[in-house]
Amino acid sequence: MSAAPGNELRIIGFLCNWCSYGGADTAGVGRMTQPTDLRIIRVPCSGRIDPLFVLKALVNGADGVLVSGCHPRDCHYAEGNFYARRRLEVLKRFLQVLGIDERRFEYTWVSASEGQRWQEVVQKFTERIHELGPAPKITPDQMAMAETMAAQPR
Amino acid sequence: MELLDQLKEKIKERLPELDVVIGWEQGFDPLHATPLFMRTEEDVDRLVFSPLCVHNLASHLTGLKGKKVGIVVKGCDSRSVVELLQEKLLVREDVTVFGLPCTGVVSLKKIKHALGGLDKVASAEFNGNELKVSAAGAARVLPLNEIAADKCGRCQYHNALLSDVFVGAPVEAAAEDNYADVEAFQAKSPQEQAAYWRDAMQRCLRCYACRNACPMCVCRDHCVAQSREPHWMTQQDTVQEKWFFQMIHALHLAGRCTECGECERACPVGIPLLLLKRKINKEIKELFDYQAGTKIDATPPLLSFKVEEENINERGW
Repeated sequence: MSAAPGNELRIIGFLCNWCSYGGADTAGVGRMTQPTDLRIIRVPCSGRIDPLFVLKALVNGADGVLVSGCHPRDCHYAEGNFYARRRLEVLKRFLQVLGIDERRFEYTWVSASEGQRWQEVVQKFTERIHELGPAPKITPDQMAMAETMAAQPR
Repeated sequence: MELLDQLKEKIKERLPELDVVIGWEQGFDPLHATPLFMRTEEDVDRLVFSPLCVHNLASHLTGLKGKKVGIVVKGCDSRSVVELLQEKLLVREDVTVFGLPCTGVVSLKKIKHALGGLDKVASAEFNGNELKVSAAGAARVLPLNEIAADKCGRCQYHNALLSDVFVGAPVEAAAEDNYADVEAFQAKSPQEQAAYWRDAMQRCLRCYACRNACPMCVCRDHCVAQSREPHWMTQQDTVQEKWFFQMIHALHLAGRCTECGECERACPVGIPLLLLKRKINKEIKELFDYQAGTKIDATPPLLSFKVEEENINERGW
């Protein structure tokens, strides 16, 4: 079920194998209804996520990117998500100058037992992306806008 | 001239125990300096130092690994040396740093703008805080603060932070850096920003001058931009591809960039690349109270963590 029926957007989710992927599984086993816009990519740990994964997805047309890992202090590898937290926070703020709406990227923590919470996260994030609409593509319109801006004196 | 003579003398003193000393010499015209690799005393006599010495010579250091290298640094360049030492990309014993006080370097782009071109420059001379240029038969006087590089207006480290030999009297002044340029750009809407970068990246030639000039880009032949494994980038000449490369460059410099501005200076099409790096530096300063290239024994913020982060609110949504 998409948040807005008939108009599915492309959201990429990077989930850690041990907590969030398990959490998503728990939500599925519990037959909780979720939006279907999210495509999940399983990674060993949130610390495995290079911020460039997220940027590559966004630059190449993803409408939103969600990263989810174990709660801090609960990392399967003891400290992977502590590093991830720093990286992802810097990345999130970096988006503020790239012209990519920073609300298109979010990171959160969901444990394997939190099926309910996973459902809420997906619901909330998908709704947010639907409010933002599809990510802007490089269209002739936008090229024209870039050209008028370039023509202005700097 | 006194400073230069002192510097030459010090370099000659240390030259016998060094393979090469890197400095600047007069370039192909009066406005351009160019890096000079000094191996003999005669080479040292060609050394110059003025606000035209814009290059960050630290970019050459990692290419000279294994040799005993001397290097002449300004305040900003010394931060790059400190950062390289911190990352253990250099051996401290192999590097001899000749530190200088610096009151700012010029931006050739600004001079070009003021003169309407850089051709036919017959002479250029610094007189205190003014640059006397005669170009195409006409003499012009340009005040240094009008033609200084942007980074110099906000410089907090005029004197070399690290030096084995410090020449001259330290400059006392230190400006505050409030990242006003980043704030101003950030105030634009995402659409405006996207349009701005689209226009800028359309001009990009993918010449990688930004990467080659960067003192912190040390991967050489293993740069992800040209690697097939991992295959981060294709050879396509699209705006996305070029823009993505700049994102890679900025993120690979997160917590490492010393804001020497070589990327922006080297860019032949004038893309404001330093802005991206300064944005990340601003956030790292705010989040972790850290400035790259100021302490050799500091721990880089992205290679460490705190169990409770004071400035990150990840439970906010």
